[in-house]
Formats: sequence, C-alpha cells, structure tokens
Amino acid sequence: MTEVGTVVATGAPWQRLSVRMLAVHPVREVLRAWPVLIGLLFFGRARRVDGGLWGLVALVVVVLLGLARWYTTTYRVTPEQVQVRRGLLRREVLTVPRDRVRTVDVTASPLHRLLGLARVVIGTGRSDRQNDGLKLDALSTADAERLRTELLHRPAAVTTQTPVAPGSEAVITRFQPAWLRYGPFSLSGLVIVGVVAGFLSRLANEANVQFGFLETVAGWLARTAVWLAVVEVILLFLVVVAATSTAAYVVAYWGFRLSRQASGTLHIMRGLLTQRSITLEERRLRGVELSETLLLRPVGGARCIAVATGLRVGRGAERGGSLLLPPAPFAEAVRVGADVLGDPVPLTVELVRHGPRAARRRYTRALVTTGAVPVAFGLLWWFAGSPAWLALVALVLPALGVPLAWDRYRNLGHALVGRHLVVREGSLVRRRTALNRDGIIGWNLRQSFFQRRAGVVTVEATTAAGRQRYAAEDVPAGLAVPLIDQALPGLLAPFLDDRLGDRA
Amino acid sequence: MTESVALRAPAHRVSPRAIGYWTVRASFGWLVLLVAQVGWLLGDLGHLGLRVGVLAGTAGVAVLHLVVMPQWRYRVHRWETTDEAVYTQTGWFTQERRIAPISRIQTVDSAFGVLERLFGLANVTVTTASAAGPIRIHGLRNDDAQRLVDQLTRTTAATPGDAT
Repeated sequence: MTEVGTVVATGAPWQRLSVRMLAVHPVREVLRAWPVLIGLLFFGRARRVDGGLWGLVALVVVVLLGLARWYTTTYRVTPEQVQVRRGLLRREVLTVPRDRVRTVDVTASPLHRLLGLARVVIGTGRSDRQNDGLKLDALSTADAERLRTELLHRPAAVTTQTPVAPGSEAVITRFQPAWLRYGPFSLSGLVIVGVVAGFLSRLANEANVQFGFLETVAGWLARTAVWLAVVEVILLFLVVVAATSTAAYVVAYWGFRLSRQASGTLHIMRGLLTQRSITLEERRLRGVELSETLLLRPVGGARCIAVATGLRVGRGAERGGSLLLPPAPFAEAVRVGADVLGDPVPLTVELVRHGPRAARRRYTRALVTTGAVPVAFGLLWWFAGSPAWLALVALVLPALGVPLAWDRYRNLGHALVGRHLVVREGSLVRRRTALNRDGIIGWNLRQSFFQRRAGVVTVEATTAAGRQRYAAEDVPAGLAVPLIDQALPGLLAPFLDDRLGDRA
Repeated sequence: MTESVALRAPAHRVSPRAIGYWTVRASFGWLVLLVAQVGWLLGDLGHLGLRVGVLAGTAGVAVLHLVVMPQWRYRVHRWETTDEAVYTQTGWFTQERRIAPISRIQTVDSAFGVLERLFGLANVTVTTASAAGPIRIHGLRNDDAQRLVDQLTRTTAATPGDAT
C-alpha cells in the first residue's frame, strides 16, 4: 500500500488538516490518557506532591504533542496519487496510487460534529489485518466530502439496476422507524450489558462502592422462592438486554441510507451520534450475503452484507464497514441485495438440497456432541455416585440438538444462476451468499474420512473478497464436479477422468 | 444429469523420501509427549498401573500414527500443473484437492526447511489473492521444485491482469 519516500514531481500543493482539530486532539488525548492522569493524581497525593501540578504538566505535554502532529501532518492529492506526510522526528511519506483506492470512510464523532469536522480513512485493497489505510484526522466536513467525491470519481461505465443520472445519486434504501422492532433481536446490547455489569461488579468489590438499588433487589430476591427468583432474574436480564440492544441499534443505524452514485460507487451513511459515511466502489463488488441470526428469523429480519475485494467481513455490528443493510425486514434485505447485485434471482432462487447423506451427517454430529454430556453424567452417577438429576437435565442438550440438526440440514443448499454461485448454510446464523463467478479464484474440495464414506464433499470457492472462501458443505460427490465445471467452464477439463472424459 | 463426471487424481506423486521426512517430523511431537510421561512415571508414586497404562497407550498410538500416517500421506499427496491450472491433492485422514487457474496466481515461492534439506526435499507454495487459497506442494525433490517454480513463473508472467 505504501511506498515510503516516493517523490512525484507535480504541482499539487500540500495541505494541512483542519486547524479546528487542535481542539479535538487534546480532549481526546485526555480522555484516552485518563487512567494515567488519575494515577498521577493519586501518586502525587500519596507522596505529598501537588497532584494538580502533575496533571497540568501532563495536559501541557498532550496539547503540545497534538500541536506537533497538526503541524507535521500534510496531505495532497495529485492526478495519480494520494500522499500523506507525517511524523515529527521520524518523517514518513505514505503514497497510495489513486486507482488502488477502494473505499473512502468518513467518520464524525459527536466531538467532530460539534466542530464541523470529519475523519477520513482511505482504504486500499489489502486483505491483511494491519490494513488501516491512510488516515486524515480531521478535515472540515466540506473538505472531507470534496475528497470523497474526488477520490472515487470515475466515468460511469457500470450497468445498474437503479438508474442514476450523471452527477446525482439514487437512494436504494433508507432507515424506517419500523425497523426498530428488530433492535431487541440484534443482540448488539449483549456486549454492552456484559461490560457494564463487569465494571459495576469490580467497582462494588474492589472500590467497595455500595449500590443501594441493587442491594434492595438482591434482598428482595433472597426472600422469594428459588424458582421465582430465577425466573425474575432471567426476565430482568432479557428486558435489560432488549433495551440496550434497541438503544445500540438506534445509535448505530439511525439515519441509515444506502445510495448509488453516478461515479459507480455505493454510498452508505448511518449513525445517530457518530456519523459514518462509507463509499465503496462497485467494480470491487463480488457478491452479496444475506445473514439471519436464529433470533432474527422468527421475526422475519435479515442483514445484508457486501462481498467486496479489499474489504474483509469484520466482526461486530458494523461488519468491518461492509454492511449494506442493518437488521431489517427480510424482503427489504432481498430487495437491497438484488439491487446491488443487479439480479434478484440468486437471493430468491430455490436451492439444490444436499440430500439424505448430508442430513444424516448433521444428525450424527449434533447427537454425538450433545449426547456425550448426558452420557458422561450418567457414567458419573453409575460409578461415582453423583446425583442422577444432572444426567437427566443434560438430556436437554440432545433434545435441542435434534431440531438444530434438522434446521442445519434444511438450510444447506447451493445453486448456480446466471453470473452467480449461491451457497447457504448455518442455523444459529444462516447465511446465503451470492458470489459472482468472476470473483472465484480457485477451488478447494475437502473430504474427511467420514465424508468419503458418506460420499459427500465440501466445495469451497476461494475469492479475494469478503470472507475469502465460500463453502457448499456436504455436496453429494456426484454433483460437486459438475458444479465446478459449470461455474468456471474449462478449468477442470484436463483433470476429468479419461474413461468418462468424453463429457468434458 | 452429469452424475458420471469424475475428477481424476493429479498426475505426479511426490518424492518417496517424503515418507521418511513426514515420519521424522511427526516423531518430534510424540517424543516430547513420551518424555514428559516417562518423567511422570519415574517421579511419582502410587497409581503405578495407571501411569504404565497411559504410557503404553501413548506409545501404541504414536507407533501406529508414525507407521500409518506417512504411508497414507504418500499415497494421497499428488500434484499436477498445466498451462491453465495448478491442481494438488493433500492430506490423509482429511483429504483436500485444490485447483487454481494460473491466471489467478499471485506469487510462487519455494522453501527448504532444515529437516527438508536433510532429506533433499523442498516445498512450493502458490498463492492467489484469496487468503483461503494458498496451494502447497510438500515433499518435492529439490530439482523438481526448481523446475516447477520456473515453469509457473514463466506461465504466470505470460498472463496479464491483477488476478483478483
């Protein structure tokens, strides 16, 4: 991505980041350094040194560092390259050829927004984890917008389903308040609840802070029957998780908007407090993924995720910036995905099922793994005299495993329609991916000993986009080779069996 | 409709010396485990039967693994290249066939590990733009590996494009 020290003789002037950023950095550095500052305060007090003085010194250092960073960071956009110069003692020049720019990510935290600023991250196509692109923190909102359109402006040469007039954009979808009903089921609040609970318990244990409210609740629970207390705790937990999840959903996706711009890019905007705008080149797009968690399925919700080169599908609610639609009605996810793909068929087509042998493998795996637990408890009861009810309670696991296996089999499937390979798998998270055949850069056919005996094979299409591999699991062996042969005609021809080779 | 189409195995076997190489490589892990267990056998008292039993069991599994795995691997590991594609078959208990078009190859590397050099072997890794698709051919004879790298480099250079 970056070649250090490249000198290009062009007249484009070097530009500084926004001066207003000087107000952002100290605040943020102080926020980031608060453990150190608190430590300094306490340390100072213990040694009878004025803690306030130490704090002041730290603050001044932080402000000076921010000033130095602003003064030494400059950038410019030439017709061929984007360059960033930075560093006080160790000077470096980061250069990205403009035709390698694949995404432009404009983020504005509440602090940035207050001052009319935005942070710009210019992403290139590297698939490795250290890819943090070129960061410009921060430009004025107008400069950021100008840079975004300038960097990804190319003559429109793509065929699109939603027609776009030159210089304008066509909105594919925008946030509906009705989508909020999927908030509680997005589980995005679970992490927050965990973190807050952990923080509070540490505060209670180590700093000995009293929470009168919690103690009242605990005391009240102690006086009720055990089963009632358990039910109440579970209900309370569910309500809290649902509420935080909804809140997190609102914060992350309020004002969501996906649009297609005349320059052949997709533009995603979202966020209530921190506003994020992601621009993604359509020629990097290799497909679309529909993902439904087990919780979202009963309420008919789904996410839509882009499969694009140089954009790994990340973790967390943002999916590494590749999210095309937050949890929303399934029909809407299909519509958005179809619009982005330019073909509605791959997301709705009936898939080829993988047959009874694949089904049997699902049941075997579910029962062997979940059945081991009650068997182990049963042995402990028989030989070591542990209570028998443990084994009986553990019987719940295989009872849950059977419907899970059934669902996993039901969701298994693949298809080859038009320009796309479609695969679907999973139960806890069901994913249907439509991958453009042009994006497939290799095939892995994997068979364990048991798969060979069952006559099934896992067919993996590798790609430079998204998850890097998309697998059709447990395809009947007889269907695997024809599938590859039709998806990429000619590739297998020299390797087909001679005796049957007249087919190829 | 096309039930009868089957993929044949790649044409070339790897070097027979790979059997020795795989045996030695796998024996390192087992040795560590066995030495730890012998230490346990000598150091502690009580449950002697259990300790001897576990050691004997481990030794049995180790011998079985060291006898079966390299032979099985040697029968499975095969490779082939044409002007259009690289095709390999690897593994033993779990087997995998990988096919990548030459036009999608990014890099061709050959490597000679210390242990591999003792056996006069080399391995070749062909990478594509996908993080999931590197094709590795282990246990090649040195000169075979060199010839393969030369050939792949030549054919890859003849195909334009950025291969994503």
